Amino acid sequence: MADGRAQIRRRAGPRLWLSALWLGLLALAALLAPWIAPKDPLAQDLFLGRLPPFWAAGAEPGYWLGTDSLGRDVLSRLIHGARLALTVALVAGSITCLIGATLGLLAGYLRGWVDIVISRAIDIWMAFPPVLFSILLIAVLGPGLSSIIIAIVVIDWTRFARVVRAEAMAQGAMDYVASAQVAGRSRLSTMVTEILPNVLPTIVVLLTLEMGIAVIVEAILSFVNLSISTDDPTWGGMIAEGRTSIHQAWWVLIFPLIALFLTVLSFSQLGEGLKDRYDPVLR
Amino acid sequence: MSFLTVTNLSARLKGTGFPILRRVSLSVAAGQVHGLVGESGAGKSMIGKAVLGILPSSVEITEGRIELDGVDLLSLPLKERRRRIGATAALIPQDPLTALNPSRRIAPQVTDRLVDILGWARARANARALELLHEVQIPDPERVLRSYPHELSGGMRQRILIASAFAAEPKLIVADEPTTALDVTVQKQILKLIAEMQARHGTALLFVTHDLGVVSKVCQSLSVLYGGMVVEDTPVRDFFRAPAHAYSRALLAATPKYTDPMASLVPVPEAVIAGVQAELAAFDRGARHG
Amino acid sequence: MQLLRTFLLRLLTTAITLIGVAVIVFVVIRVVPGNPIAMMLPPGATDEDIARLTAQYGLDKPIPEQFLIWASGVLQGDFGTSITARQPVLDLVLGRLPATLELSIMALVIAVILGGVMALTGTRARGTKVEAGIDVANGMALSVPDFLWGLVLILLFGVLVPVFHISGRVTPSLDLPFTTNFYLFESVLRLRFDLWADIVSHMFMPALALAIPLAAIIGQLLKQSLKETMHLDYVTLSRTKGYGENHVITREALPNAILPTLTLVGVQFTFLIGGTVIIERLFSYEGLGNMAIDAVINRDLPLIQGIVILFAVIFTAVNLVVDLSYALLNPRLRHG
Ligand SMILES: Nc1ncnc2c1ncn2[C@@H]1O[C@H](COP(=O)(O)OP(=O)(O)OP(=O)(O)O)[C@@H](O)[C@H]1O
Ligand SMILES: [Mg+2]
Repeated sequence: MADGRAQIRRRAGPRLWLSALWLGLLALAALLAPWIAPKDPLAQDLFLGRLPPFWAAGAEPGYWLGTDSLGRDVLSRLIHGARLALTVALVAGSITCLIGATLGLLAGYLRGWVDIVISRAIDIWMAFPPVLFSILLIAVLGPGLSSIIIAIVVIDWTRFARVVRAEAMAQGAMDYVASAQVAGRSRLSTMVTEILPNVLPTIVVLLTLEMGIAVIVEAILSFVNLSISTDDPTWGGMIAEGRTSIHQAWWVLIFPLIALFLTVLSFSQLGEGLKDRYDPVLR
Repeated sequence: MSFLTVTNLSARLKGTGFPILRRVSLSVAAGQVHGLVGESGAGKSMIGKAVLGILPSSVEITEGRIELDGVDLLSLPLKERRRRIGATAALIPQDPLTALNPSRRIAPQVTDRLVDILGWARARANARALELLHEVQIPDPERVLRSYPHELSGGMRQRILIASAFAAEPKLIVADEPTTALDVTVQKQILKLIAEMQARHGTALLFVTHDLGVVSKVCQSLSVLYGGMVVEDTPVRDFFRAPAHAYSRALLAATPKYTDPMASLVPVPEAVIAGVQAELAAFDRGARHG
Repeated sequence: MQLLRTFLLRLLTTAITLIGVAVIVFVVIRVVPGNPIAMMLPPGATDEDIARLTAQYGLDKPIPEQFLIWASGVLQGDFGTSITARQPVLDLVLGRLPATLELSIMALVIAVILGGVMALTGTRARGTKVEAGIDVANGMALSVPDFLWGLVLILLFGVLVPVFHISGRVTPSLDLPFTTNFYLFESVLRLRFDLWADIVSHMFMPALALAIPLAAIIGQLLKQSLKETMHLDYVTLSRTKGYGENHVITREALPNAILPTLTLVGVQFTFLIGGTVIIERLFSYEGLGNMAIDAVINRDLPLIQGIVILFAVIFTAVNLVVDLSYALLNPRLRHG
């Protein structure tokens, strides 16, 4: 047993750093997009449509990863797309976390009618197909960045609430919580000082996972053409465009796909790595 | 002729190399009962597990031989070794509550070895199971054979495990503290049952226990273990008359007398412990002893 | 009787959940900006035309009243009429349901097989490089969602090595003799294995995309559960009886290890069904999910409502079935 734990810890190292490296690069690309993107991501040139990436025959210098059917530079669109992806990940992930974890904490710790209402709401939410729900919400709210964020928060708060509720319940049943209460502290302050710190590692892992999920949701919404305006460079939009011309220009699909794949993987590995590092009890 | 012979068996923890067994030698004659005593962690169970080929994966054997019915088990490939052990030996486990598979009925758990390993016809195996349950004095055996383990009491389950161990008429049975997990009232009955069955079937028995009182009643010979080392290997009569090793003497003094179970126990004196520890250290340095 | 009471209680909470879902969709889709009626009429339509049709679909009444009308219809099996297709919603939805069910079940079967093989192989090869490899593959399969796996599969098996179809449910030029929409089952029943092969070759990629994350979850949970079970005394006892590792794992450990995995897999299976929405879109598969997205884009309110409710019914039914089978499979509960 002792042996197994040591192994997990050893493997956590590179996993954590590789994920952090990719996400760091992405953040840099997003911040510096206007300066480092080789071309204007919106500039169309029908004479330069569907150029292959630099190593293939027929490539045009300057268009490193080729162009799409409208002659827009894939690399530049990818770099600019990172902006939206990361914004959605950070903002939607954090807000979802804040709302979901708070509701879960309240339900799990206060119990009683608060728990009944929140649990029932979770049940109802779990009966919705999430993708359909998000598409529906975007249809209602209209396209745009804030709509995407609202849709993610409205749909995914249950991910946090479910887990945090169960953990808070388990923590609340423990002795040290009871003793804190005997000491005459208010329930709310006990919750924040005694329960929250113990649930925090779980919340952090869920948060990184949620960031990955948010990136995917944005891509899915762009894919069904509901994200933000169709011209703006988004990874999901690029994928939608790539899917239609897959037999003529595979590179339009493959590069945003790789970017999405690595980003999602990195977010989840970051969470797992953090958990291995900071979770005192590895089960 | 001894049915089980263990010669110079050493085992250690993988990775750290911590010694679990130190050149253990012992033998059990056909039809005899051999006791294994020693404090908790002495390695009693490990010897039983080594004999039956079920050492935990974290423990590795480094030297020695285990001969079962004249066959050197450690030289056989895993699959063959398992079949060999299954056909000639059996285990009566410590905890009857966890030793029966909760999702299978009792009957197949008693007969599976007969059918799958020994190739009996199912009808013959079922008849045998019924006969065995009668023998271990289970009331209404037909119903019990159709039950699931959770429907039976701990004592009943231990009787079933005993029946299952004797099913294939093994030549050797390893019983690892077969009564410690039971109610005190049931313990005596089960012990008596094992002794009776052993005598009737003429099975050799390797009996792991903490209880020297039990040893004096059921065993013909015993090994005293400390730190994975055999400190004394002797017929029972000699042991209770005049234990040879200081540690054995201390162990005997620490055992409550049947005549006066309430008499205060003498803990093993520190000096004796220090003495055995020194022996272990000397042994580990490669020095021979005794 | 304990079992019956729990069951009745479950039915009640299920009903509350379904009503909750109905209310939420109903309200959400009615705050959609833009009049769906105006969108479906040709550009020259007059305001009177719009008003007449709006009244015909009952969209001019207050929302609570609309809900009551809709709910009483539902209780009589009438889910309203699709605005775009001008057909009863129930017919449309039930027509597409078989396609989605077949896809989900195929995905589930693939996931169980893949996950089971991973868990058993990993358990058999405990502590070796093989186990470590399986763990890494599992972790990756788990963190990447079905949407991305679908795209990866399209690139690999649709473009790079085009062995499977990546679009549609069946080759359009084929002559279909089917009377139901369960193409996969019916093709087997009619012994039309040529059609069966064509359908499978269309379904396999989307089904696999849906299956990969679930397979990873099954593999991980089952392996964990097996690992714990392998330490138990009855497993050790069966080794002393002379059985090899394969028998010990599959006959002694597996039946007990499956049970704790089952409940979790139930919830995960509803996630898989939810995933069909985008996967059907990605693979242009003519199922419920694809129809749902079209319905949203076309603002077809009655149709959206019907589809969402149907999904909710499927989800809660799956959970109910899982709980029941858990009770039936566990001898401790069966003979309590
Ligand atoms: N699964 C295991 N893996 C590694 N080491 C173990 C394992 N089980 C026991 N040990 C170690 O092996 C040594 C011998 O243990 P063993 O179980 O044989 O003791 P015992 O004499 O049977 O004690 P008890 O009377 O408590 O049953 C101890 O040091 C113990 O810590
Ligand atoms: Mg022991």
